[in-house]
Amino acid sequence: MNKNELKSFIIDETKYQTFLTKKFIQRKKYQPHDPKKITAFIPGLICKIVVKDGQKIKEGESLLILEAMKMKNNLKSPKDGIIKKIHVNEGEKVMKDQLLLEFE
Amino acid sequence: MSLAQKIIDFFKKRDKASIGGGQTAIDKQYASGKMTARDRIKAILDANSFHEYDLFVKHTGKDFGLDKKELPGDGVITGTGTVYGQPICIFAQDFTVAGGSLGLMHARKITKIMDHAIKMGIPLIGINDSGGARIQEGVNSLAGYGEIFYRNTLASGVIPQISVILGPCAGGAVYSPALTDFVFVVDKISKMFITGPEVIKTVLGEEISMEDLGGARVQTEISGNAHFFANSELECFEQIKRLITFIPWNNRRKAKAFPPKSPKASLDIEHIIPSEPSTPYDVRDIIRAVADGSDFFEIQERWAANIVIGFCRIDGETVGIVANQPLVLAGVLDVDSSDKAARFIRYCDAFSIPIITFVDLPGYLPGVDQEHAGVIRHGAKILYSYSEATVPKITMILRKAYGGGYIAMCSRHLGADFVFAWPSAEIAVMGPEGAANIIFKQEISESANPDETRKQKVQEYTEKFANPYVAAAHGHVDAVISPKETRDFLIHAIKVSETKKDIRPFKKHGIAPF
Repeated sequence: MNKNELKSFIIDETKYQTFLTKKFIQRKKYQPHDPKKITAFIPGLICKIVVKDGQKIKEGESLLILEAMKMKNNLKSPKDGIIKKIHVNEGEKVMKDQLLLEFE
Repeated sequence: MSLAQKIIDFFKKRDKASIGGGQTAIDKQYASGKMTARDRIKAILDANSFHEYDLFVKHTGKDFGLDKKELPGDGVITGTGTVYGQPICIFAQDFTVAGGSLGLMHARKITKIMDHAIKMGIPLIGINDSGGARIQEGVNSLAGYGEIFYRNTLASGVIPQISVILGPCAGGAVYSPALTDFVFVVDKISKMFITGPEVIKTVLGEEISMEDLGGARVQTEISGNAHFFANSELECFEQIKRLITFIPWNNRRKAKAFPPKSPKASLDIEHIIPSEPSTPYDVRDIIRAVADGSDFFEIQERWAANIVIGFCRIDGETVGIVANQPLVLAGVLDVDSSDKAARFIRYCDAFSIPIITFVDLPGYLPGVDQEHAGVIRHGAKILYSYSEATVPKITMILRKAYGGGYIAMCSRHLGADFVFAWPSAEIAVMGPEGAANIIFKQEISESANPDETRKQKVQEYTEKFANPYVAAAHGHVDAVISPKETRDFLIHAIKVSETKKDIRPFKKHGIAPF
């Protein structure tokens, strides 16, 4: 290990000189939950999009179908609102946490 | 047929079965940079000590044309031998026979040698090199895996179980190594995963190579599933043999004692720790400065390096070492380092190996990722395993021992038999800066010169509390010792703990925070 790679690392207001691990450097930064955004809770395939841009929708109504692990998941609206933009297309493969659609 | 003819006949049969899948398959094995199963066994065991059993076992598969196929040894070699003259059970999957695939009889050969190892109280080495379940045998091959896992669990804590991954080890097959004590992997040869790249691609659309998904580096650096990394099979076998010298043959015996050896004179224990408390040092230098022959055998060196674990000998006796590593992440406890230390503590406890803990840590690692990953549950594993351990427990506080970290690192309160501290030890609820800012918050904010007041208060706190004497005054520390006295105190503490008895309330088993 190269001494020049020592980093300052603060625990309880005390500054330590130490090496950082790859895992620590690459850790995911926390993103607060945005209630206006619907993201994929599991990676999979968008089988069907039920809603359209600008559509008014009520809580509990179907938004789209996300197929993952051979299960067709019916994603329902968590709230009343208007669809601002749909970010995916039917037949598209999506990653976990990928943005699917946004409310106004 | 005369007996002489029968004997000739037998030799022919044995030679034929012994070459497994035949020369073409063996050449293929070599071409992929691998040794054969038989060569591997011979390389680990003492010369000419291997005795093979169940060479003529036949598979029981009847479907998909399997009934017309002959699979010599059913794809696995099993037997007994010796390592450094001590008996050992061993099996090696033979990739040249149907890709080392596991059918019912293949599994039964393995469980038979496992049963033997448990009964005789001798270690088991398993060499894994297999494409997985023998699909043609269907549910029977699954039964085989299950029977192995069951015995891995029965044998856990009774005999040492060592897994060597020398080829693919995928799907359910990986759970046998995961249930054993130590897993060895070799660069570019070992591959372990539950679901392979193909499945991941189809289900999730993510593309990754086998090596990047579950190669030797991944398993020793990222996941922590494997304990030892080697660049070649021969290097791996040397590591196995070295490990074996440190551990007892079963849980009723002690590890073999060696003639005591002094540490190297060149390691000056008094000058390893820098005088500036925030400057790091390699805690392994402290371990080497007290270990016989300065010989420290580190485990899981590449994963969660903020804690160091491994074996060494003190005055000829094996001890387990757990030490915070200030060189990495200032030596904090986090999810991975807690996991790593806790499992090792339980290993030492199961096999009557005294535990020496070197303490120098600022506390737990702060972070959303840590909290969300369950650092509470994982951190609790350290407390649980230290408290649960009834082997001699000796704690040496070198420098910082703050807050929850102080309690967790085998403090008196978790049942340490001896707690020693160097004069450089700082045993306090937190570091001076943090403590002064909280305790003297009002005085600092109301001061005409807050920075000056803060400095002064930090200084006051440091003088009063950042030392070993407050803890010693309460008997939480048994002795404050000079660094040069460390080895002497350790040798003595181990000696007077030999007859330790620690009787606990009866229970079937505890509910460890897995």
